[in-house]
Amino acid sequence: MSDDVKKYNTLSRRGFLKAGAAASVVAATAPSFFIKDAWAAEHNFRNVPKGSSVKFGFNVPQTGAYADEGADELRAFKLAVKHINGEGDSGLMNTMKPLSLKGNGVLGKKVEYVTGDTQTKSDAARASAKRMIEKDGVIMWSGGSSSGVAIAQQSLAQEMGVIFMSGLTHSNDTTGKDKRRYGFRHFFNAHMSGAALGPVLEKEMGKDRRAYHLTADYTWGWTQEESIKNTTEAMGWETVKAVRTPLGAGDFSQYITPVLNSGADVLVLNHYGKDMINSLTQAVQFGLRDKQVNGKDFQIIVPLYSRLMAQGAGENIKGILGTTNWNWSLTDAGSQAFVKSFGKEYGFPPSQAAHTCYVQTLLYANACEMAGTFAPCEVISALEGFKFDGMGNGPTEYRAEDHQCFKEILVMRGNEKPSSQFDLLEVVQQVPRSQVEYDAKIFGGELGSCKV
Amino acid sequence: MDTILLQLLNGLDKGGAYALIALGLTLVFGTLGVVNFAHGALFMLGAFIAVSVQKLLTISAKVRDESITFFEAYKETPYLELWWGDTGTMIIDMAVPISIIVAIPIMLLIGLIMERGLIRHFYKRDHADQILVTFGLAIVLQEIVKALYGANPIPTPAPDIVSGSAQIGTFLGLSENLVYPWWRLIYLGFSLSIIAAVFAFLHMTTFGMVVRAGMHNREMVGLLGINIEKRFTIIFGLAAVVAGLAGVMYTPILPPDYHIGMDFLVLSFVVVVVGGMGSLGGAVAAGFLLGILQSFASMNEIKSLIPGIDQIIIYLVAVVILLVRPRGLMGKD
Repeated sequence: MSDDVKKYNTLSRRGFLKAGAAASVVAATAPSFFIKDAWAAEHNFRNVPKGSSVKFGFNVPQTGAYADEGADELRAFKLAVKHINGEGDSGLMNTMKPLSLKGNGVLGKKVEYVTGDTQTKSDAARASAKRMIEKDGVIMWSGGSSSGVAIAQQSLAQEMGVIFMSGLTHSNDTTGKDKRRYGFRHFFNAHMSGAALGPVLEKEMGKDRRAYHLTADYTWGWTQEESIKNTTEAMGWETVKAVRTPLGAGDFSQYITPVLNSGADVLVLNHYGKDMINSLTQAVQFGLRDKQVNGKDFQIIVPLYSRLMAQGAGENIKGILGTTNWNWSLTDAGSQAFVKSFGKEYGFPPSQAAHTCYVQTLLYANACEMAGTFAPCEVISALEGFKFDGMGNGPTEYRAEDHQCFKEILVMRGNEKPSSQFDLLEVVQQVPRSQVEYDAKIFGGELGSCKV
Repeated sequence: MDTILLQLLNGLDKGGAYALIALGLTLVFGTLGVVNFAHGALFMLGAFIAVSVQKLLTISAKVRDESITFFEAYKETPYLELWWGDTGTMIIDMAVPISIIVAIPIMLLIGLIMERGLIRHFYKRDHADQILVTFGLAIVLQEIVKALYGANPIPTPAPDIVSGSAQIGTFLGLSENLVYPWWRLIYLGFSLSIIAAVFAFLHMTTFGMVVRAGMHNREMVGLLGINIEKRFTIIFGLAAVVAGLAGVMYTPILPPDYHIGMDFLVLSFVVVVVGGMGSLGGAVAAGFLLGILQSFASMNEIKSLIPGIDQIIIYLVAVVILLVRPRGLMGKD
């Protein structure tokens, strides 16, 4: 053995001490080095829940054109909180699969909530949400029922680093060009309505039709008009005219009278809530449904409607085709569990707005349990790509690319012969997920980062 | 041609509502010199008298709905239908016409209480004070209605017999596309009748003559030994009745919510200003004029030339008229 080799293989006392000291330093600092991010993720986010409770925010339209939906959403949120906290009959927690919730709140913390009024206005909704985040310390907030409002709140969610689980919002933009990492939508969208409605319209009204659109003048109306036009024009229909109407116009007479002489034989009402009730009622008052144009019966279509709107429109809704995200008359175990639970609590069945809000609350709470933390980035990861069933829409997936849920949706018709006061809509077709699915890239937009 | 006629009818209809509210506003301003921002709330109260009458007539017995098995649901059957069958249904169907009769004494009383209880204390105050107090009153009334009836619009349909459309085109030998809802035609006729009745009252009765004289020169009428204050109080009540009836009749056209009065008030103030403050004829003429202009501005042909014109036409016309005639169409210098 040479001297050189001997030099490398022999450990001197001084060398041993140096190596020992270095190893001690590494050993002492390494754990904190490796767990630093984990610690930060656990504690370094807005509104870290302290104590034995965690607070959710429910921001719904209590006034304005969508106040009916807002009231029902609030009922659903309250019921969801009750079930998450282990009270009542547990509702959809009995049927949801996979389920991580244990009926003891979220991560052992009891859920409390605060409410706000969006007034169906973006600025009011943002102000209310900001108050919930900054003053009330909510860890997540949810609510609807307008796409303009939802998109404004999603942007706020991204700015503030607090997750927003949107309620009733149907614009393609919500999970399209305006999608955000901190925003999630369970509700379906206008593109899906068009894809579902098209074949039914072709079957019932034929390929030779002339359509006139009246459209609520904001993001949801625009994208619904575009989606329905794309679908109907692809099957041979002609679009005679598309007219924008102000949100909450009330009296639509000046917009309806030009339809009478337009040569159109179909009126598409891209209106929702109170606007749809008023425009449909007034269209019927002007005798549109009794007309014959181009040798065909005049038809009215409401691409997105709900039982609450059907209730407000009364007799006028009978026979009208449209789409919904969900309906209380579905017979799967999840739907029945939810209807039973909601009906027991309030004495009437839930609307689709109530359903989507209830499901969103449960999904968020479940994602926290899955992630084992309230840290938004971890919860977002748990929600992205999450596949679940038993919530009333069949097998469902929260697509990671755009935070849009994909599931079955329904083509409905205003019931001609209702069997009860709630039986206002009949299911024409349960449209499978494959028929309404699309490439996430078609609407553009960027989710952005979860680091804010 | 049909489209123009239909838009003209729409404009007259809308103009009728503006004119009725503006007429009341002008009466109050012309007699009492008060700028009454609570006038829209009187329109709203009238609409909610119709809602209340409908609710009273449909007080129901709850019967278990056996078709719902998931939870206990109840069908509600109005007592009137249970007791009197088809006659009961017919009475419920007539809720809006019945409301007109009910609204007259109630609105008169509300008007008198409002004037004696609050407004009279502000006769000699600045217009700014009057606006503040009446605006505050309007908000209080709105919130009371919201607390009692909720924030959502409440459908109050017209009687079945007039729920369809009149085939005006067929009747006049024109296009069959010329149809117009019966209730809107009734509303137009109603507003014209009320306007005519108010003018007849002011021009053909001694009471009206004294009021008009008081509007010109209050002190002189007082010096002649006439209690003009008392007459002006009655005029305030009359203005409240006109606004209330306009509200009752409008409910089948637009389901009322607590905010309906404020929506009309802003436009009606523009109508009053355009017509000329204190000019009854000006208020009526401006009401119909602006209603028609707004309706025509909504035509696709016009909107394709100037997008969004339907939303601003009233304010645009107001600006132009005030630039050309600062005291309004029929205002006196």
